[in-house]
Amino acid sequence: MRIVVAVKQVPDTSEVRIDEERGTLIREGVPSILNPFDEYALEEAMRWRDELGGSVTVVTMGPPQAEAVLREAVSMGADDALLLSDRAFAGADTWATSHTLARAVVKMGDVDVVMTGKQAIDGDTAQTGPGIAASLDWPQITFVGRVRELTQDSITAERYVEGGCEVIRSSLPVVITVLKDANTPRLPSLRGKMKARKMEIPVWGMHDLGLSPDEVGLDGSPTRVVRIMTPETSACGEIHRGEPGELAKLIADYLLGKEGE
Amino acid sequence: MNYFLSEELNDIREVCAEIAEKYIIPVRAELDEENRFPSEIIKVMAESDLCGIYIPEAYGGSAEMFGGGSMALCVATEELSRACGGVAVSFAANALGAMPILISGSEEQKQKYLPDLASGVKLAAFALTEPEAGSDAGGVKTKAIRDGDSYVLNGTKQWITNGGEAQIYTVIAQTDPSRGARGLSAFIVEEGTPGFSYGKKEDKMGIRASATRELIFEDCRVPAENLIAREGFGFIVAMKTLDRSRPGVAAQAVGIAQGAMDEAARYASERIQFGKRIDSFQAVQFMLADMATQIEAARALVYSTARMIDAGEKKFEKESAMAKVFASDTAMRVTTDAVQILGGYGYMKEYPVEKMMRDAKITQIYEGTNQIQRSVIASAVIKETASGSRK
Repeated sequence: MRIVVAVKQVPDTSEVRIDEERGTLIREGVPSILNPFDEYALEEAMRWRDELGGSVTVVTMGPPQAEAVLREAVSMGADDALLLSDRAFAGADTWATSHTLARAVVKMGDVDVVMTGKQAIDGDTAQTGPGIAASLDWPQITFVGRVRELTQDSITAERYVEGGCEVIRSSLPVVITVLKDANTPRLPSLRGKMKARKMEIPVWGMHDLGLSPDEVGLDGSPTRVVRIMTPETSACGEIHRGEPGELAKLIADYLLGKEGE
Repeated sequence: MNYFLSEELNDIREVCAEIAEKYIIPVRAELDEENRFPSEIIKVMAESDLCGIYIPEAYGGSAEMFGGGSMALCVATEELSRACGGVAVSFAANALGAMPILISGSEEQKQKYLPDLASGVKLAAFALTEPEAGSDAGGVKTKAIRDGDSYVLNGTKQWITNGGEAQIYTVIAQTDPSRGARGLSAFIVEEGTPGFSYGKKEDKMGIRASATRELIFEDCRVPAENLIAREGFGFIVAMKTLDRSRPGVAAQAVGIAQGAMDEAARYASERIQFGKRIDSFQAVQFMLADMATQIEAARALVYSTARMIDAGEKKFEKESAMAKVFASDTAMRVTTDAVQILGGYGYMKEYPVEKMMRDAKITQIYEGTNQIQRSVIASAVIKETASGSRK
């Protein structure tokens, strides 16, 4: 079983602020982390590898420093890592990103499953996973809360959707995007950390993937970010003070639409 | 202070810090309250490869990677203790239990027992103390009588850390009562051996996450091949074991102290009285300054001793005792001051420092009371003086 986990280096959003004037994220001084949802995808991949044998390869597209999240994934137990990095990749939207990742999956060859987090916590689009599947022309199962079964030729997974759960069986190869319900990611181990530090991580660029400039990066992106802003929040709550009894009546009346009567 | 730890030792610190943050801190108050052994956390430690850091590679461990294992154990124990002294000692007591086999065991014994300890599949415990034999190890009453190809053990061990949780016990017993301390021998006893059972589980003041239990031997027959070293070597094995494990207790004390100091410093930066943060008052500042200084001095002593052991120095009982005395006295003082800085809140179970103060106390007592340690240090000083050697 060869599983590829697509991961992303993201700013720790709990510490991100927006530069209102320039409409961009203030990334200075904000730590970069492995996208938390990708940790669930990685854990899921490693569990099935541990059970079925095979290998887990983590791949990311990003600047050279994105290598850090690959090393983190290796310290947690991934077998191999691959960095897709090229100046030409800069400015890619989800279409160009998934196209580039898909091409890497094709080049790796013999991949049975691609797993990724349901979305990245910076862009929150949840499009890259489905984009990889579309680009590869593979089936996809998104929002997977539990993989029931994975065999050499099929997968059965529970897809958690609003108000219910769909159980889907698919042939392999397949792309799945994983929710945090799936598992509890393991911590890095000592042996993993040592392996991660010593590992030589191959870097593939545009030419290695046989891609042309109009397929990658900004030029290969059909969408543009026009503006980033913090939506105006309008506080319209009311604060009342008083005895619990009175306040409960106030709320009850309000809910019943009898306020003021 | 920068101790220029190797990347590998830093890995240990990072792994332990992450385990502390994700698995220990969220449950430490509950483990303390319920007197519950942290089996789940020990399992995570095993998965993180921590259980073999003091065991040589030949037996499934990774001690060589850290330059010997003593520093590795100290760094791990310190970092875990920063979150919970009870969880940390449950981890470190394995090394204490394994130490007699590591130091004096035969090749067969090492091959048989150490790999399972290195992987964390099994836990170990060291059993010396008895109701009438604590600091005076010569007073051990548990008997081991040779009978054909085995020894028959009878007696009771008391206050055994990891008792009831470990599967491998290294037990000190009398093979020749007429010779006192020279008649002691060390044995490996496995859980499940007929005649070996567990007695009462202790209800302790602190380190309540750790298991402390009686071991009862009633005509317990142990194969003669489980004798460690030779008959009559038990006292030496026990003393060598404790000399090596004391830096671990000292590291536990440093960790507990650091944890308490972290809490106190944070609280002092948030607590407002008389319109100001209380860390703006000199009375609090000087307490924090003393805490920080004493902890750093203790840490330096612990690391120096551990490095000395890893470097292969043969004699280190004095340094080992010094590290234990100084670090544990520091832990008691620092945790007491941390409670003082938190004031009324510090005295409440809702805040972690009262537990740290309770946890700190044991470090002045176990693996040789601080009074015994001072005797060890003093006798070394007197011997050095008599022999005219300069230290």
